[in-house]
Amino acid sequence: MNAAVGAAVESRSSPLATLGRLVRRNVWTLGLLVILALLLVATKIIQPSYGPAGIQGLAISVLPLALAAAAQTSAVLARGIDLSIGSMMALTSVVSARLMDDQTEGFAILVVAGVLILGLVIGAVNGALVVFTRVPDIVVTLAMLFVWAGAALLVLNTPGGGSAKWLSDLTRGPLFTDWLPQAAVLLVAVVAVIWIPIRRSRLGLSIYAVGSDPLAAFRSGVSVTRTKIFSYMLAGLFSAIGGLALTATTGIGTPVPGPYTLMSVAAVVLGGVSLAGGRGGIFGPVIAVIILSLLRTDMTFLNVDTNLATVAQGLILVGVVMVGSLIQMRRER
Amino acid sequence: MTRGTTQHLLDASGVSKRYGAVVALKSASLRVLPGEVHALMGANGAGKSTLVKILTGAVRPDEGVIEVRGTQRRSHSPAEARRAGLVSVYQEPALIPDLDIDSNLRLTGTPINPFRDWVNQLGLDALDLTRMAREVPLASLRIIDLARALAIEPDVLMLDEMTAALPANLSERVLDVINGMRGGDRSIVFISHRMIEIASVCDRATVLREGETVGVVDMDDVDAEDRIVELMLGEIAEELSDNGVRKGAPERGSDGGPRIEVRGLAASERLRDVSFELYPGEVLGVIALEGQGQDELFDILSGSIRPVDGQVLVDGKKVSFRHPADAIQEGIVFVPADRAEALLMQRPVRDNIALPFSVRLRRWGPIRRSTEKPKVDKAIDRLQIEMRAQGEVRFLSGGNQQKVTIARWLAGGVQTMLCFDPTRGIDIRTKHQIYPLLRELAAAGAAILLYTSELSEIELACDRAIVIFGGEVVAEIDAADADEGTLLRAAHNLKSDALLPEEIVASAHSGGSASEDPGEVDG
Repeated sequence: MNAAVGAAVESRSSPLATLGRLVRRNVWTLGLLVILALLLVATKIIQPSYGPAGIQGLAISVLPLALAAAAQTSAVLARGIDLSIGSMMALTSVVSARLMDDQTEGFAILVVAGVLILGLVIGAVNGALVVFTRVPDIVVTLAMLFVWAGAALLVLNTPGGGSAKWLSDLTRGPLFTDWLPQAAVLLVAVVAVIWIPIRRSRLGLSIYAVGSDPLAAFRSGVSVTRTKIFSYMLAGLFSAIGGLALTATTGIGTPVPGPYTLMSVAAVVLGGVSLAGGRGGIFGPVIAVIILSLLRTDMTFLNVDTNLATVAQGLILVGVVMVGSLIQMRRER
Repeated sequence: MTRGTTQHLLDASGVSKRYGAVVALKSASLRVLPGEVHALMGANGAGKSTLVKILTGAVRPDEGVIEVRGTQRRSHSPAEARRAGLVSVYQEPALIPDLDIDSNLRLTGTPINPFRDWVNQLGLDALDLTRMAREVPLASLRIIDLARALAIEPDVLMLDEMTAALPANLSERVLDVINGMRGGDRSIVFISHRMIEIASVCDRATVLREGETVGVVDMDDVDAEDRIVELMLGEIAEELSDNGVRKGAPERGSDGGPRIEVRGLAASERLRDVSFELYPGEVLGVIALEGQGQDELFDILSGSIRPVDGQVLVDGKKVSFRHPADAIQEGIVFVPADRAEALLMQRPVRDNIALPFSVRLRRWGPIRRSTEKPKVDKAIDRLQIEMRAQGEVRFLSGGNQQKVTIARWLAGGVQTMLCFDPTRGIDIRTKHQIYPLLRELAAAGAAILLYTSELSEIELACDRAIVIFGGEVVAEIDAADADEGTLLRAAHNLKSDALLPEEIVASAHSGGSASEDPGEVDG
């Protein structure tokens, strides 16, 4: 081996180069952050009284949506899609609300732990069905949408139940300063604590590998089956946390699924995650959810008809994604 | 069988595999001694790739026993096979496009330092591990794939057409590395269609025919190559030698005008300034090293991309294609190297052949089966495509798939055909069906542009050849003068008496320094 040649394959990691690479790889997420900042400024201009209370309300309304987006991202990164997220959230929400109703605060801790496990289990059911029946993801999870929604109605057929006080308190009020809602801190903490270790592990690499090229992943020694099931379990886990967030923020459990599934798909697309799998991160969709909610708020401030606002939201979604792909295509040339 | 000093490192026997009605392997066997480089040979569809996939756990066999170092191993997944010491580098790189090289290595648990050593030894300079695999050129990916496999030190390393997509300088290095592993404790199973490579690095060869092991040849034998060809082809060997390619004198059309005239064509950084004429009735060869602009040239002529500069004239009329349909409208059809780009893999052979002429007229109405069927039958017949029970194209062997990509254009009548390395990774038998077909089409007045990575094809199939280097045409060679040495020198843009890069590298090696490599011709 020639020593002079040996030096040729150093991974050049000067701090500046590393930073440059980080920016290049996360350019979409950074772009979304810029859009979010601009939107906040615009909101302040439209409605000068917008302040801590508004931010507070935004954070609480965004919390379950953002968790749904994180759930969808987990499935989509591994080249899947989960249409049952809204139903899983409803099911976990009513289970927690019913069990916590009129119980001690201490018991609620057990309930939370149990509901998280429930999320993992129903996610595993989704994943196992997809993998072992070889029915396309979209069909299986569409079917499971009805199963979990039905199960939620069996648990609680009208909105009811309750939430432990400590759980509700976690999502309410500010932390340190009026401008920092506790719900936002909770969201970032939960997503980071779950996602970052996974992203760094071989498991996380496997999720990206399976999403990017299942055949190459298989040949690299990755178990496609296990990885896929795991990605659905992760989707189930995030859905369960979303369900708990619903119970905590509303104080009750609602058996009818909210509009979370479709919003989560929209957030994933806007968040720069490829629906073909393998590309993107989890924070993009989370930021995308905040952007979509803030747009809605701004249009209310501007007295735009709510139906028209929905139309506008759709058009903005298509527009942003189109511009984004155009930029990406340019870069790849 | 006695187990003594000559115990086999790998002993696979009675391996069989069926896909529905199609028998891919029936009682194939492969016995590899420690420290040998063992060639696995056979015509396309003989089952080489299937056997390798079974040995490395990518495909599950129906029957068969696999022993490594005397103990029976189960290899039901690539991970399991790897633990048993069996690793393969497949024809398509197994790197994840959306992960960087570093993450790809972590995914497979590859030790990084041995990997770097191998990469250097294989002659891939200045590899940036933070690059996304999708941004790395194919040839480099294959080297990375090989280095990754070498770094984990498998007992038996299987290389499936390793050198097929490599430029000459890199494949030389690969062969050097393989040669260096001879006589050690580990073995290599080597699959290649290039007999010269087999002869230079392999100790023995196992030959498969129609899914069966038909013989093992010692490469030291004087007539080893003849024996291999004999075994591979079976009874059709003589038939082929009679059926040499007949070339008529090129008729440059009675009216003399070229079919296609290309003037100063440029696109991207690789294709700079290419001009040539293609006449009706001729097969014009194109020779170039990897990445000299030939990909862009064919993409422009087939309407896939638009040129930045220059003109294309068809029958003297200036054209500008916005879509492959425009090129097809002008009678220019394209046969790509990657069959997956041309075929609807999950549709039957018939649909694939019928598609181009059924939609050619840009009519959306119903398709008349009665007029379609005879045309399709004729095309299938002409190319002797194995139909295998009307199955989907993806179940056909590579050679038969390639025949379908050509057949799909025959049915509508061919005026101009662009063939981009149509015989890549195809067995001799199919090749010898494709060359005469191209000649036949030319004799009937078609103009054919043939890019090929196998230099010997120029003499066999072409009337003349142009050589592209650095995005420009640097030479035009008559087929009569086109021996491989001349072509290889021209492809490297060297004077006819200069040393070839491999020779320079070889002499540099013996001189003890490998730091200079004039064969590296990136952009």
